[in-house]
Amino acid sequence: MPTVGVKRDFLFKALGRTYTDEEFDELCFEFGLELDEITSEREIISKEQGDSKASEASDVILYKIDVPANRYDLLCLEGLVRGLQVFKNKLEAPRYRRLSPDSGESQRLIITKETAAVRPHAVAAVLRNITFTQERYDSFIELQEKLHQNICRKRSLVAIGTHDLDTISGPFTYTAKAPGDICFRPLNQTKEYTATQLMSLYKTDSHLRHYLPIIEDKPVYPVIYDSNGIVLSMPPIINGGDHSKISLKTKNVFIECTATDLTKAKIVLDMIVTMFSEYCAQPFTVEQAEVVYPDGKTCIYPELAYRKEKLSGEFINKKVGIRESTERIAQLLTRMCLLSQPTGVGDEIEVEPPTRPDVIHACDIMEDAAIAYGFNNITRTTPHTYTVANQFPLNKLTELLRQDLAAAGFTEALNFALCSQEDIADKLGKKISETRAIHISNPKTAEFQVARTTLLPGLLKTIAANRKMPLPLKLFEISDVVLKDESKDVGARNSRRFCAIYYNKTPGFEVIHGLLDRTMQLLEVKAARGEGYHIQAADADSTFFPGRCAEIFVRGTSVGRLGVLHPDVIGRFELTMPCSALEMDLEPFL
Amino acid sequence: MADTGVVETFLQRIEKVDGGADSQEVAASLGVDHQVIVGAVKSLQTLGDVISAELRSSKHWELTEEGTEIAEQGSHEARVFNSIPLEGLPQAELMKLSFGKIGFSKAMSNKWIRVDKSHDGGPRIFRTVESIHDQVREKLLLAKRGDAARLDEKEKNELKKRKLLAEVTVKSYWITKGNSFSTTVTKQETELTPEMIASGSWKEKKFKPYNFEAMGVAPDCGHLHPLMKVRTQFRQIFLEMGFSEMPTNNFIESSFWNFDSLFQPQQHPARDQHDTFFLSDPSLAHHFPMDYLERVKKVHSEGGYGSQGYKYDWKMEEAQKNILRTHTTAVSARMLYKLAQQEKFTPVKYFSIDRVFRNETLDATHLAEFHQIEGVVADYGLTLGDLMGVLHQFFTKLGITKLRFKPAYNPYTEPSMEVFSYHEGLKKWVEVGNSGVFRPEMLLPMGLPEDVSVIAWGLSLERPTMIKYGINNIRELVGHKVNLQMVYDSPICRLDS
Repeated sequence: MPTVGVKRDFLFKALGRTYTDEEFDELCFEFGLELDEITSEREIISKEQGDSKASEASDVILYKIDVPANRYDLLCLEGLVRGLQVFKNKLEAPRYRRLSPDSGESQRLIITKETAAVRPHAVAAVLRNITFTQERYDSFIELQEKLHQNICRKRSLVAIGTHDLDTISGPFTYTAKAPGDICFRPLNQTKEYTATQLMSLYKTDSHLRHYLPIIEDKPVYPVIYDSNGIVLSMPPIINGGDHSKISLKTKNVFIECTATDLTKAKIVLDMIVTMFSEYCAQPFTVEQAEVVYPDGKTCIYPELAYRKEKLSGEFINKKVGIRESTERIAQLLTRMCLLSQPTGVGDEIEVEPPTRPDVIHACDIMEDAAIAYGFNNITRTTPHTYTVANQFPLNKLTELLRQDLAAAGFTEALNFALCSQEDIADKLGKKISETRAIHISNPKTAEFQVARTTLLPGLLKTIAANRKMPLPLKLFEISDVVLKDESKDVGARNSRRFCAIYYNKTPGFEVIHGLLDRTMQLLEVKAARGEGYHIQAADADSTFFPGRCAEIFVRGTSVGRLGVLHPDVIGRFELTMPCSALEMDLEPFL
Repeated sequence: MADTGVVETFLQRIEKVDGGADSQEVAASLGVDHQVIVGAVKSLQTLGDVISAELRSSKHWELTEEGTEIAEQGSHEARVFNSIPLEGLPQAELMKLSFGKIGFSKAMSNKWIRVDKSHDGGPRIFRTVESIHDQVREKLLLAKRGDAARLDEKEKNELKKRKLLAEVTVKSYWITKGNSFSTTVTKQETELTPEMIASGSWKEKKFKPYNFEAMGVAPDCGHLHPLMKVRTQFRQIFLEMGFSEMPTNNFIESSFWNFDSLFQPQQHPARDQHDTFFLSDPSLAHHFPMDYLERVKKVHSEGGYGSQGYKYDWKMEEAQKNILRTHTTAVSARMLYKLAQQEKFTPVKYFSIDRVFRNETLDATHLAEFHQIEGVVADYGLTLGDLMGVLHQFFTKLGITKLRFKPAYNPYTEPSMEVFSYHEGLKKWVEVGNSGVFRPEMLLPMGLPEDVSVIAWGLSLERPTMIKYGINNIRELVGHKVNLQMVYDSPICRLDS
């Protein structure tokens, strides 16, 4: 969930009133935001770098507000204020308009076919006669960063470049070139570099190095030139030199977004222009730009598509569980920046969701009606769904057996399903290749290399962590292990196991054997060869002490083993006492 | 048991006194050591209310052995004075006397005697005064008579310093007759025996009372794990509410069922290496219901069913990637798909409680795996109000009645609501779960009827358990670092009390 930091007093000024922290928290809750933290720059620096560094910092109060991940229109102060003001009926949602430039000549961005190999899409627009202040400028930069981190997926899907239009001259060319052939002076640098040099220069840049892998291994890098051959940007890494950098004096802004995902590029462009066109001489208007594709096709951006969605008042009433008139529902939706009005045909409502790319289905509109109505104003009802409950048979068996194993004097342990290869192989004296274990490709530590194929290591580790407890220790666990199984769609399956362990000064094989007998009694299996259960000496098993391992057969099929653990195994788990154990499958008893 | 003879003599003595007697005095009058009487008192106390004994203590001054000698024979200095005749005594002779050395220096400092060092035949001692007044002896005699109170503190301390007088604490019992006073005592039995039952002799015997203050012997037993005890209660709650249990015994899931079927786009951050465990072996899933998969692909990339879709290039390779499931909702998706394949839709209520896996940064409350509790209801015409109503019923069974709902975002539910409950201890609203109505883009490609709504909610099992059992570090609860003593000591689990 993205967090937006805004200066409290600035926010209140824009909202036209002040709130107590509690009141503002309530407003956020109702609207689906979360007032995550109340802090100041000084407090943040003091927390991160110590009090000494913080003394100079501002103590202006900041609100950190958590915004739902799909509400890109709330990622800056402008958007938050507009959303809340409309919600509180203090402002009418603006209607954004795309205009042709007075000159009649739109800015053009020409995409060449080379971009197809690396970053094929681009969109553009112009904000004309905008007035920046320090606050607005900061918010403009911050919004781009928020978009980059969220919908742009750290610039991999979309990268935004904004330029002072009066310092560059169109038409612009978006192309892709071999890194050695791109040479320019990038932002914040004093000399020219080739793209190859830049990539190694930024290897150590704490901010930019994260974006290098997006194009690093590509044969060509994307680059945008103006008509004089000056580099505007090398997306998604860096903009061209300081000459076209936006400043407080900038009046006209050229915005380009290059992308691997065109839909997201359009959304990002719409977000920037709808948020900041507020500060244009003609508020809420955006000057269009033309994008020319390699096939000659031309598109006009920003799209600002006022899609019309028609739905019935009854649909909303039925889905939410309320009974409101069509007019009232239209009012509710309008308060969510979804311009709505009854069409007069039955209970039909026409809805136009412009700055709300999250609205892709009627159910999204229904949700907004519910939010505007107030979730907590909706009457809580009981559905009449009549059903008879069933337990999952394997879980039912597990639940019943656990109770009786505890009654037999064993204590339940609960261990992780993930562990290291060593736990299930080396430490038990086995090879990992014998285990049928599934392997995790991206474990952060060795603890998450595989899913366990046996419950035994977990119980041994539990004992090792509880060596101070009085002896004997008698533990059990009933859980799933995971085994590779090609007959399954995913190539693996769970297997429900029962494992028990006895740890004392003597091996206590008879105790574990007695527990097996008791378990079989509980499962209604008689002690008998053939139709019942029996144990017999097992083939050499490196987990167990030679000659002290038996295989458990139920109705002629092997279901597990029991025995005295091998001293090497005991040692590898950092234990010192003899130990006997039992592990068997439970699924044959269903 | 103290000597029966003493006990009985003691009881006879107590019988005669009115109001009670002091054990010290009784000992003195019977001519036995006080400890003997104390022993008798203690053994009588175990017999019930024969006597009542109140412990008292008093302080008094007592002469030491040396002090007693002085009280009888005079102080050392006085004895020195008295042993010197008028013609004097050679110092060497005086020093031979037992009291000579100490008495000499004290008598010198009292200026009662003098030494003539130049006398013929060695130093000789003479009286310097005609008579003396032996104050030390007089004071000790006072103390001996029990009149130490007449001495002032300075005097007492002076004598104490000279180890002639000592302050002693005397403990004694003030003994009175008890309700069942008797001058005879019978031996008490400790336990009822089979022989007593057989012979009926228990009727005549007296039994030693039990000490009910002591702890009993801990039973030899096994214990269930607290997290599993809480799981049992949640299962019970769902079963009471008519929810059937889903088969969640498949930790390995394909990205298709875990994400794509839930209309979670392929670029979604949750599908990142940073958040999800991917498998290297077996890395891909191979079998899918292909017509359904095509519908899922279409709704993601082009939309449909009234949706704009996400409009991106949906990739089969991405859907095939095997992962450790990140939520049990993957199983709900499989169950709802299965439900949609029925000839005729029937309403269902499903639940599950099982492990899910996240490749997250670990801390005191987050592990790479945890148990997710999930409830799902599918029926015609379910409303958001119905979801809130079901949640209200569910949480009431957990003892949580004050609920409120916050709009939230989740890729596969719309509306989505975070569930908050008012925490009386923290005096604030805390998040207790997530909920929502499954999106049509998820349900319709499965083939469920258009007017069927599916409401669902989820929460973790660990968090309510940690709150219930007051555990701050999740590692003490789950995994091998569990504190077994905590497991042994944990009470039964009633979530609503």
